Amino acid sequence: MKTQQNKKEQIAPKVVARGVNVYYGEKQALFQVKLEVPHRRVTSLIGPSGCGKSTFLRCINRMNDVIAGCRVEGSITIDGLDVSSLDAVALRARIGMVFQKPNPFPKSIYENVAYGVRIHGLADTKDEMDAIVRRSLARAGLAREVSERLNDPAYSLSGGQQQRLCIARAIALQPELILMDEPCSSLDPIATARIENLIAELSRNYTILIVTHSMQQAARVSHRTVFFHLGRVIESGETTQVFTNPKRKQTERYITGRIG
Amino acid sequence: MAFVTSVFVFSALAGLVVYLHTFARSRSFLRIDSYSFPNASMLVGFGAALLVAVTLLGIPSLLSPLASSVVRSPLVVVALCALVGACAVFIFVRYAPRNFPAHKMVEISARAILFLSSTVAVATTIAIVVSLLFETLRFLEDVPLFDFLFGLHWSPQTALFEDEVGSSGAFGAVPVILGTLLITFIAIAVAVPIGLFAAIYLSEFAKSSTRSIVKPLLEILSGIPTVVYGFFAALVLAPTIRVFGEAIGLQVASESALAAGLVMGVMLIPFISSLSDDALKAVPRDLRDASLALGATQGETIAKVVLPAAFPGVLAGVLLAFSRAIGETMIVVMAAGLAAKLTFNPLAAPTTITVQIVTLLVGDQEFDSSKTLSAFALGMLLFCITLIINASALFATRRYGARYE
Amino acid sequence: MKYSDISNRRVDQRLKRRQRAERRYRLYGQVAITLALLFLLMFFASIITRAVPAFYYHRVNLTLELSPKVFAGRQGEPLPRKITERQAKSLMEDAIALELGALAQRERLRRALIAPLAALELKQLLEKEAEVRHRLGDRLLLPFVLNSAGENCIRNACANSAEVDDFGLSEGQRQALSILHKRGLITRHFNLVFFTHSDSRSSESAGILGALLGSFWALLIAFLLAFPLGLFTAIHLQEFAPRNRLTYLIEVAIYNLAAVPSIVFGLLGLAIFLNWWHLPRSAPLVGGMVLALMTLPTIVVASRNALAAVAGGIRSAGLALGASRVQVVFHHVLPSAMPGILTGTIIGMAQALGETAPLLMIGMVAFIAQAPLSPLEPATALPVQIFIWADHPDPAFSSRSAAAILVMLVFLIVMNSLAVILRRSFERSG
Repeated sequence: MKTQQNKKEQIAPKVVARGVNVYYGEKQALFQVKLEVPHRRVTSLIGPSGCGKSTFLRCINRMNDVIAGCRVEGSITIDGLDVSSLDAVALRARIGMVFQKPNPFPKSIYENVAYGVRIHGLADTKDEMDAIVRRSLARAGLAREVSERLNDPAYSLSGGQQQRLCIARAIALQPELILMDEPCSSLDPIATARIENLIAELSRNYTILIVTHSMQQAARVSHRTVFFHLGRVIESGETTQVFTNPKRKQTERYITGRIG
Repeated sequence: MAFVTSVFVFSALAGLVVYLHTFARSRSFLRIDSYSFPNASMLVGFGAALLVAVTLLGIPSLLSPLASSVVRSPLVVVALCALVGACAVFIFVRYAPRNFPAHKMVEISARAILFLSSTVAVATTIAIVVSLLFETLRFLEDVPLFDFLFGLHWSPQTALFEDEVGSSGAFGAVPVILGTLLITFIAIAVAVPIGLFAAIYLSEFAKSSTRSIVKPLLEILSGIPTVVYGFFAALVLAPTIRVFGEAIGLQVASESALAAGLVMGVMLIPFISSLSDDALKAVPRDLRDASLALGATQGETIAKVVLPAAFPGVLAGVLLAFSRAIGETMIVVMAAGLAAKLTFNPLAAPTTITVQIVTLLVGDQEFDSSKTLSAFALGMLLFCITLIINASALFATRRYGARYE
Repeated sequence: MKYSDISNRRVDQRLKRRQRAERRYRLYGQVAITLALLFLLMFFASIITRAVPAFYYHRVNLTLELSPKVFAGRQGEPLPRKITERQAKSLMEDAIALELGALAQRERLRRALIAPLAALELKQLLEKEAEVRHRLGDRLLLPFVLNSAGENCIRNACANSAEVDDFGLSEGQRQALSILHKRGLITRHFNLVFFTHSDSRSSESAGILGALLGSFWALLIAFLLAFPLGLFTAIHLQEFAPRNRLTYLIEVAIYNLAAVPSIVFGLLGLAIFLNWWHLPRSAPLVGGMVLALMTLPTIVVASRNALAAVAGGIRSAGLALGASRVQVVFHHVLPSAMPGILTGTIIGMAQALGETAPLLMIGMVAFIAQAPLSPLEPATALPVQIFIWADHPDPAFSSRSAAAILVMLVFLIVMNSLAVILRRSFERSG
């Protein structure tokens, strides 16, 4: 089983980045980033803050487009299709994203989940929409907590619930890839644990790329780990290998807490 | 008289001496930056200059025959003395020896002056309310409140002869209020879409280079005095509209509500756009990112996420624009009509509250006639309307504005 | 899960329509901005084209013979010391006749073409020069200001074909003017009078000096009152005020004053300053007091922001050195905040300069031909003068109104750029 999965991943990685350079105005944020993200696995990006993990994440669904003065070079492909050749809107419809701080819309819980479905016209009837909303909330592990109060404002939820709502909102579109940008950094440990369990569960159906500043979290949730430092990919590999037997000196120094 | 003159002369001399002294001490008197700024000497210099100015103003004023009425008004003398006193205290604060025993007293009196200054705003508000209320009550002795608020006929020009028909004038404010609303609605109908779309485009779509050119240009519109807008409305736009209207066979008054409303709308564009811009900017980036990441286009993000979130702010802006349009005077004085008619026709020439106030009070007036007093009643009405609108704008932002922070 | 899955196809199908909507959205914004800018352009274009004619005027240069007949003297005698206006007029009429041949209607022609003031000016000129050199029988080439009818005719190239034009010039008079024009006797000059004279009944001698002075006095008073009051209020609220009801009341009052319609301030001035305190009507003093109350909120808000922007460290440092709170504020905080405060004050003054409605209420709207030399004399202000002239049926006056608008806009631009420069230099240094 395991060998089979490895083989599949070697044959067709979900995301392939080659020679990615990113500039914010004059300043270069990423240098020749080269990496592959396997199918239906959790890949975590670690590294000290400001090392370009989030920047890389935002290149994949082209969220950097909206930042003035940001320029991206190199190629990133999803299933072999270059992201720059696709329409940004269509691309983002295929990729879910969860942000650092929970950012539900100032609408009801139901409307939050339904938002993406509605703008893309993926549900024709109210029943379809209800089904999608309920399924997404269930997958995000939120169904039991909110099923009685779908019309309450999303802000009435706790921080952890809001973040799971954001995950539900993303998976309502059946994305092929979910990008998570430090999804637990503003949450308490209990809420964090719930999100981590959720990630493990979701990885059965989705390819997940998660940026985290917590090495423990990377070790807990991810199959593969990529280590970024000063805008370069220093090392990438199976999580256990990266954490127990890093090939590069810098990785080892980071993991042991000597650079941070 | 002699006393006041001597106060002036004394203060002028004192001011001049202190000013020269200050100036001699630091050559960088006018250089303004926090490091080379001579500590309080600029303030002292300013106080001294103030004294000189007051004196220069005061002496010719006292010599001129008109001065007698001013000098008779003790409030002016008191005010000037207070000004001189304030300056003296601050000069004292600056030059008092460090171990001056009455140091504490200086501190207290300085604070007292600061506090007294700040009560001027409250006093002004009270003065506005009292003066309007006082005259309005006198007006209401002649004209019942109900007739004033709900009367359908407005012709305040009292007849010359007592026994003529309608010698008492008619004071039903409804046509005046309707005229005001008609022009205001035209203005809002112009300003809100243009201002809002301009703000959206500039803050969400435009390149920063476009923004840096267009924004100052729009701000020019807000810096133009209203009398200039009035000139444009009355002498350029109104004749143009009239020519156009007659070309297609419409009856257009030479002072049409349309011209006044359109120009007033243009005046409000920068007002609406800058307030909407603030409201849009206050919507956190997170929300935009969340929507964009779900594959919404920028337009969808704005329409479905940003605008609803910014709505209280935008609404407050529209309300403030509304109150400004109602209270706007010069444009309508120059470009709207004088006679109160019950009409909704934008091509007619309705009158407004402010136009009536101006026409009733400019020129000769006797302060006993209902005609003159009715201007104050209209002023009171205007004050109340704008107060209510402003309060609700404040309420809109206070109540709903802080939700997303 | 490949890209070709159902939901993605549906997304793509809708995409075209959504992108069209997106473009439409953009278009609305562009249209809105274009409309606003178009208006701005139209606005300036129309005001400038209207203002330009007010900046020049025409003179007719006539050869004047100091004929002995007029003065009842003999050839070669010196000019008398006293000359009557009547004599000056007939000299001018002779000069017209000299140029155009013997005309029966030369008096009417003079009245139709030459400004009424010209005779008085000629009289004064000749009296001044009487002892110097002129003798009866001399010929002088002298310029005479055209009156508004003649001026108007020249501007329209004498092209009006009506029997009698709007200004009452007959066909013959127009022809006479046209002949003078063709002979090159009519010259164009810069209208300096516009800047050196005050309001007048006749358009040729109407200027903005009085209005400018009126505005100057009013703004001076407004500044002297509003700046210290606003500054002190801001210092009190920002640095000393305890959090209590009274402070809240002051804040609300300021917020409210900022939104009160300007005409209500005029009513306040009328009721309190004029009717209760009996200050002189139409005086810039009262105008300045009203404007001061109006600009107070602007100055308070700007000053508070400037004070709030001063780093708190300065205060603690001052206090730690044993300075009192008043000393800290006046020695350290205020100097750093001064540029911001001055910026706000200048902007407030610029607003006050354009304010018209409250000045109408306190009677600063009157025909005042004398420039006010103190803030107690009756005066108009620049915007009020614009208002008065705009209402005048004679287009020469509305043109002067537009010219006055340009002058006012120049002042506003200077004041606002001063504010911008001040703010920039402050941002750079701080």
